[in-house]
Amino acid sequence: MSLAIETKDLGRVYKLRGSKKETRKELIALQDVNLTVNKGELFGLLGPNGAGKTTLIKILTTLLSPSSGWAKVAGADVDREPEAVRPRINMVSGGESSGYGLLTVRENLWMFSQFYGVPSNEANERIEALLEMIGMKDRMHTKSSDLSTGLRQKMNIVRGFLTQPEVLFLDEPTLGLDVGAMRDVRKFVLEWLRADKERTLLLTTHYMMEAEELCDRVAIINKGRVLACDTPTALKQRLQKDAIFEIQTSPLNGLSQQMLVDQPEVTKAAIAETETGAKLSLSLVEESALARVINLFTQKDIKVMNLNKRAPTLEDVFIDLVGRSMAEEEDSGQPE
Amino acid sequence: MDNQNSNPLTRPYSHKDIGWRLFLKTIIARSYPRIVGQQRELSWVFFEILLPMFAVCTYVFVYRALNAPEEYIGFVVMGGAMTAFWLNVLWSMSSQLYWEKQQGNLQLYIIAPNSMMAILLGMAVGGIFATLLRAVTVTIFGTLVFSVKFEIVSYLQLFAVFTLTMIALYGMGMMMASAFLLFGREAWHIANLAQEPIFLASGFFFPIKFLPFWVAAGASLLPLTLGMDAMRQLVFSSETSLGFLSVATEIWILAGLSVAFLVVSKYLLAYVEKLAVREGRITESRR
Repeated sequence: MSLAIETKDLGRVYKLRGSKKETRKELIALQDVNLTVNKGELFGLLGPNGAGKTTLIKILTTLLSPSSGWAKVAGADVDREPEAVRPRINMVSGGESSGYGLLTVRENLWMFSQFYGVPSNEANERIEALLEMIGMKDRMHTKSSDLSTGLRQKMNIVRGFLTQPEVLFLDEPTLGLDVGAMRDVRKFVLEWLRADKERTLLLTTHYMMEAEELCDRVAIINKGRVLACDTPTALKQRLQKDAIFEIQTSPLNGLSQQMLVDQPEVTKAAIAETETGAKLSLSLVEESALARVINLFTQKDIKVMNLNKRAPTLEDVFIDLVGRSMAEEEDSGQPE
Repeated sequence: MDNQNSNPLTRPYSHKDIGWRLFLKTIIARSYPRIVGQQRELSWVFFEILLPMFAVCTYVFVYRALNAPEEYIGFVVMGGAMTAFWLNVLWSMSSQLYWEKQQGNLQLYIIAPNSMMAILLGMAVGGIFATLLRAVTVTIFGTLVFSVKFEIVSYLQLFAVFTLTMIALYGMGMMMASAFLLFGREAWHIANLAQEPIFLASGFFFPIKFLPFWVAAGASLLPLTLGMDAMRQLVFSSETSLGFLSVATEIWILAGLSVAFLVVSKYLLAYVEKLAVREGRITESRR
């Protein structure tokens, strides 16, 4: 199968600018990334904010040079032959405010289509059809400054698809959207991919459910390194041996993640503080270990409000690989 | 098959332009927001017509109080009209790439197959046409209110001077756009600092012949200085004696400035684009 994207030992180091007296600091954003994405694949990059996802997308879209290694998109080296890559790609980022507020939706989309040499009349026909598909044809003549965040993002999504790229990069495309708009966007993405088997889509997200629902394969990335890469099903099967419990409790009264992991047969623990207490996610080798955890709660005067056993998710895979949840990782994070 | 072809997700485009056709398409598309979009915000009538007219009125009343020759009123009206171009270049054209970066458009321009030079030219062409509307309005308004009489010496030379002035001025604007992107707020402060002295040195409201020679020569690096001087000589036939240099000399200098500014802006833009990709700090506002 031919490859749409290929990276080999790809790395990127940022030199951070400080005051003149300070020595220049370096930030390793990507390190030894080896990935292959097949043509026709919907490939997901999953990781917390600051993991290096956006840096990787910037390299693959020719916006940034790698510090080491190489990357190819649609068969061309992104650093040495950007002019061969650019006509064949497009990119949409979540929360972007591209375009001009004084132009209408149709005018903005037409303008961007012209930068790719698309015939004007065909672009206008396509804009109308795509806007209808994404459910905003009635807003075609609305100034983009008058659009809500969700509609503006839908317009950006159409911009990315309008030029019919071979490889499309979606960087957190559903960031900040409401549930309905998210559903529309995901449906649109899948329809676009199904329409032509040669099309490839690379999606970055930190929404686990989005990755599970959409992606053929997922790479889990953290601190610039790819920790695992496989289908969502295969990744989750790694954890099938463990029983996973989700427990909602009253405030933890000093109970730490380490105390939980120190319990026999507790392999992983993640804690998320909530308004009323905490939400724990525990991986147990044997279900019988749950009794010891409950006993620990009793000693600390912690009340169990809710307890569920559930199938593993990609979040559990992340916890398994990194040792803590994505939210905890983001809290300790670094700039992306 | 028909069903397949009617699906906008599957139907391929008949072709995609490349080369000079793509270059032209890009210029037209990027000029569109300024030529069409910008006219929708009617506040420009106040900021770009009425405010410059206040300055014009002030100078007209000063000259009339001093019993200056009536041709000076025409000088002032023309200066007021040309002010629109200078302000457009200084505050809109120069800051455009910086603003595009903040909006997230710049990275989309870079990853598109078009030339960045075409994007800049599109901004310039859009700026010229949008500002021309303002300049013409100021001229008509000033002419009617103050009864200015024009005596055109040579339409051909006038067209050549205006065209070269615009090419050189917007070439300089394109150069400044890359510089603003590179230096950010520091360049903004310099532009702010330069605005008023340039009104003086370029002779927006008086003939620069009255300035010390080297001050006028230095100010001639700004295309509007020689452009306005030549146009005044061509539009008010009695004022040839007030010209700084002969019209022919000024046309040659303007042609030289046009080429120089366009070439420098091309190389500066290429340098900025290279820096953007190498250091990643031009397309990212947070680093």
